[in-house]
Parts: sequence; structure tokens; C-alpha cells
Amino acid sequence: MTAVRTLRGPLLLTVTLLVAWQLLHQWAGDTALTAPLPTLGHLWEMIGQKRFVPHVTETGLAFLQALAISWIGGVGIGVLLGGHKLSGEVAEPILVGIYSLPKITLYPVILLLFGLGMSAKVAFGALHGIIPVALFTMNAVRNVNRTYPRAGRSMRLSPAQTAWHILIPATLPEVFTGLRIGFSLTLLGTMLGELFASQRGLGFLLMTAIDLNDVQTILAIAVLISLFAVAANSILLAIDKRLHRGAAA
Amino acid sequence: MTVVARLTDVSRIYPPRAGHAAVHALGPLSMELRAGEFFSVVGPSGCGKSTLLDVLSGLAPPSQGTVEFEGKPVAGVVPEGVGVVFQEDASFPWLPVEDNVAFGLRRQGMDAAEIKRRADFAIGFMGLNDFRRAYPSQLSGGMRQRVCIARTLVLQPRLILLDEPFGALDQQTRLLMGDELLRLWRETSATVMLITHALDEANLLSDRIGVMSARPGRFIDVVETGWPRDRDSRLAERPDFGAVTSKLWSLLRTESMRALGQGAVAAQ
Ligand SMILES: Nc1ncnc2c1ncn2[C@@H]1O[C@H](COP(=O)(O)OP(=O)(O)O)[C@@H](O)[C@H]1O
Ligand SMILES: [Mg+2]
Repeated sequence: MTAVRTLRGPLLLTVTLLVAWQLLHQWAGDTALTAPLPTLGHLWEMIGQKRFVPHVTETGLAFLQALAISWIGGVGIGVLLGGHKLSGEVAEPILVGIYSLPKITLYPVILLLFGLGMSAKVAFGALHGIIPVALFTMNAVRNVNRTYPRAGRSMRLSPAQTAWHILIPATLPEVFTGLRIGFSLTLLGTMLGELFASQRGLGFLLMTAIDLNDVQTILAIAVLISLFAVAANSILLAIDKRLHRGAAA
Repeated sequence: MTVVARLTDVSRIYPPRAGHAAVHALGPLSMELRAGEFFSVVGPSGCGKSTLLDVLSGLAPPSQGTVEFEGKPVAGVVPEGVGVVFQEDASFPWLPVEDNVAFGLRRQGMDAAEIKRRADFAIGFMGLNDFRRAYPSQLSGGMRQRVCIARTLVLQPRLILLDEPFGALDQQTRLLMGDELLRLWRETSATVMLITHALDEANLLSDRIGVMSARPGRFIDVVETGWPRDRDSRLAERPDFGAVTSKLWSLLRTESMRALGQGAVAAQ
């Protein structure tokens, strides 16, 4: 029953997208949008090809590194800023400012700093994801109900026990929401980073296909990335909901 | 008569913070809790009742004076044998009822069978059997406060401190919870100190009632009720019940007006 419920959203989304795609294809024609079935067939073929693998690996590695920086760095920054009132108050408007900035304008700077290749993509991906993770974590730490650690002390918990058994579970739901949003934005940032000035990766393949006007390949890659994003996001969302189960006080 | 806890010339002053002067919240005050008694504290809001609980429990150190529990000094750490129930809802929303109740015992690394035995008893005692797997968010305020009392009860405290635990509950629930607290007190033979702002609640439940002045809180009087140990909310029907409540109010009237004045000054 719960499995059906968790899967219903993504399934509905997939079907809706496929129908919309088919309709759009019939309206726009093959030159703008190839039909769903042949495109998926093409994707299947591409995945089977040996020269495709390094590109997927490249993007995957860049994304994983960017995600690690976003998650670990974001939680670290958030805990520090949330725990120290003054630095939190100083840093919050700065973080919100950077967060709302279109980060693509910073990409030339990133390229100058990191050069072409993996590290620039990783940096750009992390730049997108780290701030929401930090902001959510900071708020989670700030908003911990002060009565919980007091209750811990009244039950004679050590500081380490208080951290592990009270502070972490008390902040986890909100921190996880940050991680989930950070995941999506890191993926976006990594892909954006690959579109410009890169020599490998799915983004690079995409740009090459655009140059060649190879609509089928463009769409096949878009589908591949979307499938990954939707699948990962629905898993994260399911965990998120589970964590928030107790919080609706 | 054995003394369980003793405060000697205790005061507490909150140090100045950005934009706020130092607050002399409590004392200097001395008091004794007798073994097995039910002691209530009443006083105008903001007079330092919660501060008194903090100092007595060891959650906060006194600025001056000494605190003793069972003859040993208390300073900044809650001693074994003292249990606290807070004014705010302190049930952990991420744990179902039974894990909330077992929380303190698990942290002590107690044997699992013994934890289960004690938790089962506390859950049953507080009437939570049908809600063992429920999360606090699925419970009413009164039920959540029962969870907190059960969580303290499993630790088998010899001194239980409660800070306005029924403050957020409606009048009927308060009366029922009061009866339950009396039953708990009788059956565990623990010493209980209850902070409350409801005078008839203090009257009904207590052997002695400490009446506090406006801030900085001191005891202006300690009223002995002389009620039988085996009592419940029907006590309110007794003809001499009203006299005690009247006495409490006459002691508190001027102090409450002073506290209102402090509030008006503080708000400017
Ligand atoms: N952490 C604190 N810092 C400064 N002042 C405080 C603090 N906690 C309480 N106070 C002040 O001390 C006084 C007594 O507070 P409290 O003990 O909570 O009163 P009560 O529980 O009787 O309402 C109040 O005036 C309150 O504003
Ligand atoms: Mg209080």
C-alpha cells in the first residue's frame, strides 16, 4: 500500500510527460522534437555503446564530488552558524544574497580559478547546493526547542549523549529537507557547469548534439538525466516525509 | 522528620545581556523539603518559580548560597534521584511513546529486560497503554504531559519537581491529572514539589504551600493544610477547604499587584 503511494507521484509524472511529449511531437515535427519511442530506443542504444560510458562516469563523478561538498560543507557551515548567534546573523543575509544570485554569472570566475575540467564542474555544482543545505541546517540548529536539551540534562545525559540522542534527531527532519533541495540544485549546477567549456560528460555530449542539430540525442540525454533526477528525488522525498512524521506538533 | 533537600540563603541573578540589565530573579531564600511531603509553590508570574526549580534540581547553579539533596551539595548537575517535569511540552516528537518513556533508562545502559519492565509499569500507571506506538504529535496536550511524567517516573526519582505541568490544560483535565499526581505521590512515596499558579490546585494537592513574593522571589509564608494523605479532588467539597484558598489569596494579593507593576515598568 505504502509502496503504491510512494510510486504514484513519479509514475503519474512519467505518464503525463510521455503523453505531453507525444502531443508536442505531433504538433512540432521531427526536426524540433523526435517521438518518444524512437528516442527511448536511441537512448537504449547509446547506453550500450562503449564510448558512452566515460561520459556518464565523468558526469557521475563530478556530481558525487559536488554533492559531497554541498552536503558535508553545508551541514558544517550550518551547524557553526546556527550554534553561534552573532555569526549566524551576519552570515544569513550574505548567504541568502548569494543564493538568489544567478550563479551562471560567476561561472567565468570559477573557470579562471579552477581551469577547464572536472574541478570547475564540481565547484559550480557545489556552489549551487551548499547554500540551501547551510541555510536549512542553520535554521534547524537555531530552532531546536531549548526544553529538549534541558530534559536531557535532567535525565543526566552526557554532552555527547545529548548531541547524539537529542540534538541530531531534533534537527534531522529540517536538515534532511535541506539535503534534498541541495541534491537537486547540485545536479542542476553540475549539469550547467558541463554545458560550457568542458571536454567530457553528458553536458558536453549535449552541447555537441546541439551543434549537430541531433535532436534525438539531445532528447535522449535529457530523458536520462530526468529519470535520474525524478527517481532520486522521489526516494529523498519519501525519506523526508517519514522524518517529518513526528514533527507536526 | 528527614530533610530531602535544603536551600540555604540561595539567590540567583541573571547576568546582564546585550540591552538588558542584570535580573535579580530569586532570593535570598532558604527552604527545606521534608521526606515524602507534597510541597507546592505559588507566586505571581515572573517571581522566580522556574528559577527556583532550576537551582533546586541542579539545572542551574545558584549565584549565592548552597543547595543540598540528601545531604550532598548540588551544583550545576542534576543528581541521581531527582526527576523534573517541565512547564513546556518536553516529549521528544521523533520517538513513539514507549521509546520516549524508556529514553532515560536506555542512556544509563540498563539491562533491556529491566528497562521493559519499568517502562511497561510507567506506561500502564499513566494510562498510556493504548498509545504505546503513537507519536506525541498524535496525542493531546494532556497525554503528552503524561508521557513526560512517565518518562520521569521510570527513573524512580525520590524527589519529583514539576513546573506548572498542567498549565496548558483545561480545568477538567487539570483536576484529573491532579488526582493522578496524588496517586503517583502516594504509591511511589517520593517527595513532590509542584509549581503552580492555581491556588485551589495547590491547596488540594499539598501538605505545605510556599507562597512567594514578587521578584526577587522569597517565601512570604508557608501554609500547612493538614489534609489526610489519602485525598483526592473531592476534598474541595469540605467546608474548611475554601478557608485555605482564601488565606493563600490574601497573602498573594498585594504581591500579584506588585508583579503587575513590574510588568508594566518592564514593558516601557
Ligand atoms: N535566562 C534568563 N535571563 C535573564 N532573565 C531571566 C532569565 N530567565 C528568567 N529571567 C527573568 O527572571 C525572572 C523570573 O523568571 P522565572 O523564574 O521564569 O519566573 P516564574 O517561573 O515565576 O514565572 C523573570 O523576570 C524573568 O524575566
Ligand atoms: Mg515559570
